[in-house]
Amino acid sequence: MRFEDEPVPGYPLPILPGHTSPGRFERVLRAGGFAVTTELAPPDSADPEDVYKRARVFDGYVDAINATDGSGANCHMSSLAVCALLTRIGYAPIMQISCRDKNRIAIQGDILGGAAMGVCNILCLTGDGVQAGDHPQAKPVFDLDCVTLLEIARTLRDDHHFQSGRKISYAPRVFLGAAENPSALPHDWRAQRLAKKIAAGAQFVQTQYVYDLDLLRAFMDQCAALGLLDNVFVLAGVGPLRSAKTADWMRRNVPGMHVPDATIARLQGAQDQAREGRNICIELIQQIREIRGISGVHVMAYRQEESVAEIVERSGVLQGRVCWYPGRDSAQNSQNRTAV
Amino acid sequence: MYALRLWSVRHARGLNALYRGFESLLVRMHGLFAALGYERIEPPVAAVEHAVKGLLFDCRMCGQCVLSSTGMSCPMNCPKTLRNGPCGGVRDNGHCEVKPEMRCVWVEAFKGSERIPGGIAAMREVQHAVDQRQQGRSSWLRVVREKTSPPAAAAAAALPPKSAAPPPKSVPP
Repeated sequence: MRFEDEPVPGYPLPILPGHTSPGRFERVLRAGGFAVTTELAPPDSADPEDVYKRARVFDGYVDAINATDGSGANCHMSSLAVCALLTRIGYAPIMQISCRDKNRIAIQGDILGGAAMGVCNILCLTGDGVQAGDHPQAKPVFDLDCVTLLEIARTLRDDHHFQSGRKISYAPRVFLGAAENPSALPHDWRAQRLAKKIAAGAQFVQTQYVYDLDLLRAFMDQCAALGLLDNVFVLAGVGPLRSAKTADWMRRNVPGMHVPDATIARLQGAQDQAREGRNICIELIQQIREIRGISGVHVMAYRQEESVAEIVERSGVLQGRVCWYPGRDSAQNSQNRTAV
Repeated sequence: MYALRLWSVRHARGLNALYRGFESLLVRMHGLFAALGYERIEPPVAAVEHAVKGLLFDCRMCGQCVLSSTGMSCPMNCPKTLRNGPCGGVRDNGHCEVKPEMRCVWVEAFKGSERIPGGIAAMREVQHAVDQRQQGRSSWLRVVREKTSPPAAAAAAALPPKSAAPPPKSVPP
């Protein structure tokens, strides 16, 4: 998908009619494209090159990159800073905001600051509990929850004021997202919870890892029954499992992670488990694409980020489309020139 | 107390009906409360409310009680104090991600809401961000004030008094 006005780092694109952000991610979704997003693991470092290195491995294969906010309650470079670095050279980050570490004063400041630096997408999360991470002795904040965070972010954007009522002079023009976990209990309540998030302002949703497609289908049917799918873009979360052992560890230790026994058995039976993990992921993407109402996939490949390009390429979901990345057009032009 | 908290969810229907009756009684007592002075009766009423609701629901005295909208399962017992539904970390046995020995308050809330007439519809309502200033204050008195005065004045009146603050301008004559 190529737009006439490709991004120039530092200069915002015009907002198209019916859009709330100038971002490419919203454009791809609203144009009906099958979007691909991924997750950048923020470095434990103060070197900007560590961020760029991690972003470059996705070049050409993703429409937006999630900058995680202390995911798993582990300490890393902040999501705001990662976004600032990425927008500097034109990448389209999805700034994740978790309610665990900041109160509403800090969060609203970050929304304004992020938008000022060119962040067009914000994913509103509650966040993992501090017990899950490397600082279990920290104080959990949870002044807001993901739904009230969405509400406050939407108020900033649409009503141009803080939660306190104090006016802001220029609203953050952002596309708002939420997370959902179709695999977690109570299953009957998940779609209704998403309805609340949409009512509070969610425009797109990225799900937790899905390995059991029956659960995802049931969730999507419930969303359709509630009439949600006209109001939200759903990106299903997928990711390669490195081995049967890691998969089993993850389902026991990562909150909200569900891996069916059949998937683990298939990994166990494979000679090259990592390759089989990628094959499973590719098959999942291809099947997910056929589910009505799904607008894309969110590929999370923690510590095997370099496999994302291969997975997306082999899944064929981009149908030859090369997602924008800094330097894409000059690279393609030079290729074309040599071809001529 | 944890066992009583689970009992309360199992008896959500009866407790909700009981509270409805109690609330209308309280609203009828507005004249008396106003005569005594809401700020003067705040500490003893809050103490009684904490004792009763603490026993039945493990109430945390957030001051903005939503038990009727959460199937009589207090959302402030969620380690993330989620007021709009469960997080994505609920375990396969319906227990909490943070406290594995505790049942998820939202799995319980869902069950309790099914027992209350209109409970599921109430669960679907978006709960706004909590006002942390209400912590420790009586929800009962706040509800009476809200039901007996215009919303803006009630909201202003239900806040803890500020020392040396200028008199609020929105107080009705």
